[in-house]
Amino acid sequence: MAHLLEAKNITKRFGGLTAVDNVSFHVDEGEVVALVGDNGAGKSTLIKIISGVHKPDEGEIFLNGQEIHIDSPIDAISHGIETIYQDLALAENMDVPSNIFLGRERTKKILGFVNVVDYEHMSSESRKVLDRLDIRIPSLKSNIRNLSGGQRQAVAISRSIYWNAKVLIMDEPTAALGISEQKKVLELVSSLRKQGIAIIIISHQMYDVFSVADRIIVMRRGIKAGERLVKDTSTEEIVSLIVGAESVEKRSQ
Amino acid sequence: MAAESTSNGERLKQGAPGGGGFFQTAIGRFSARNWALIFLFIMIVIFSLGSSGFFDIVNFQNIIHLSTGAFLLAAAELLVVITGGIDLSIGYVYGLSSVLGAKVMQILYAGGAGGAGSMPVWQVIALGCLAALSVSILPGLANGVLVTRFRVPPFIATMGMWGICNGITLFLADGFMPVMGAPSEINAIGNSYFLYIDPSKSISFFAKPSYITQANIRSVLRLVPNSLFLSLAVLLVLGFVLGRTRFGKHTYAIGGSMDAAIRSGINVNRHLVMIYVIASFVSGVAGLFNLFQTGIGNYTPSGANYELMAVAAVVIGGASLTGGKGRILGTAVGVLVLAVLENGLQIIGVSAFYRYIGVGVLLTIAVIIDRAFPDLF
Repeated sequence: MAHLLEAKNITKRFGGLTAVDNVSFHVDEGEVVALVGDNGAGKSTLIKIISGVHKPDEGEIFLNGQEIHIDSPIDAISHGIETIYQDLALAENMDVPSNIFLGRERTKKILGFVNVVDYEHMSSESRKVLDRLDIRIPSLKSNIRNLSGGQRQAVAISRSIYWNAKVLIMDEPTAALGISEQKKVLELVSSLRKQGIAIIIISHQMYDVFSVADRIIVMRRGIKAGERLVKDTSTEEIVSLIVGAESVEKRSQ
Repeated sequence: MAAESTSNGERLKQGAPGGGGFFQTAIGRFSARNWALIFLFIMIVIFSLGSSGFFDIVNFQNIIHLSTGAFLLAAAELLVVITGGIDLSIGYVYGLSSVLGAKVMQILYAGGAGGAGSMPVWQVIALGCLAALSVSILPGLANGVLVTRFRVPPFIATMGMWGICNGITLFLADGFMPVMGAPSEINAIGNSYFLYIDPSKSISFFAKPSYITQANIRSVLRLVPNSLFLSLAVLLVLGFVLGRTRFGKHTYAIGGSMDAAIRSGINVNRHLVMIYVIASFVSGVAGLFNLFQTGIGNYTPSGANYELMAVAAVVIGGASLTGGKGRILGTAVGVLVLAVLENGLQIIGVSAFYRYIGVGVLLTIAVIIDRAFPDLF
């Protein structure tokens, strides 16, 4: 059976630097794949290729077995591949429904010819998607500025889900959050998995990775240094793959 | 995720230095949100008590009539300010439109007056308006292209247009000369009222009863100047666009987070160009109406500071120069605060210099309130 999303032999060079070197990976429905590696290992570049920010120099991307071409972020979104960057890209001066529908506002006609934003519809749809993900935000009318970091993350996720994301890419989703908020975001990731969404998470936090991921892909200096199922591996093994096995061996001698 | 939510109350506590308990109460929040409106009422009360001439329907209509330009310019400025920009050129677009309209009417009217095949007056007026309005789009187009394609900061881009429009206006006006010679019919449009009531005899609409001359016009009660219709129309349309349409939502989104707007697929560059064009066009409408009110093409005097007064009104009305915030209704209140301040000080006989001090103090209050209560508007 074809994987939901599969990238084959992806290579990306920036001048003389090979940021991603012949990397292949896949993610299936309802699966969480963690992408780990040191700074500069090529995680972000790989993600940006999938989300349409960069074009690969070599390699192919398949969605449900069909080859797709992702030339821009809009292409990625239209294929159901949504990316949530660390800064979330929310308009802080606007409320929750306005953000979930930003750029895709629902309108209705009044007086037969004037299109106005249908706030009630957007509001009830927002409430539905938040409920579906079990996210509690007391008032949808509060501006994003007044929400906590976790709530903002939740709004950004809800926006992707509402627009039928099949693959959700999250870049360091817990980086800027307090401990209890981190836990809630991880719970949210688990509940998304139950709903059949394929999730790719970039993270530095081993705790996060081991608590939510099914599979871990380790990147090092642009290559795929290893791939492990969470149930078959340990923090020590992943860390040794991240930093490079030689240095671990040296230390143990 | 409710537990971690920072409530508005807590935010206010953090954000309001010395705000104390009062500003967390409903009345406190109301007064902080509507301070400009409250200040407006207090001014009206003080000026009414301080002089017999202030509290008078004629004076109030005068204030509204003379503020037409200020209403339109401030509304134009608000659009740009919400996107996080500033437009310094609107004051001179105003003058350019007035002078250009007058010049075109002057030439057509002089050429055709009385002669064979002379152009009908309405045609002269229409062509003058068309020229003024179409040209007033151009500075906005240039501003928008400079800001979006060439990444020129709005302050500098519009300052360039500020100079260029001023120069062209003075060229058209042959130096510092008001442009005369437009048909006098335009005054009838610009200065008329909706309703004329002669208490003893008659009521008429849009024009004074024919037996009344300019000399005894004051014996007639005139209600609702035509200028009020224009101001209301512009304010209502822009208020509707900002508050209810996708265009308005996108305007606020661009001001709130340019990045979020771009990534959500909004064509930010095109949107910004449209904003600058609309602002410029509305300023042109304002300048053209000034021609209708005065019958002459008035260049914008240097030091008139129309654009800065518009910025002041917008900020007093609750908008923030950092973008993403501001409403038409607040802006209208801001314009009225400045207009009543000027008119009232004149009537009670206080030197006009105090007006500048007043504007300065009000601006400072506005910015402090904006900083202390970021979520009020």
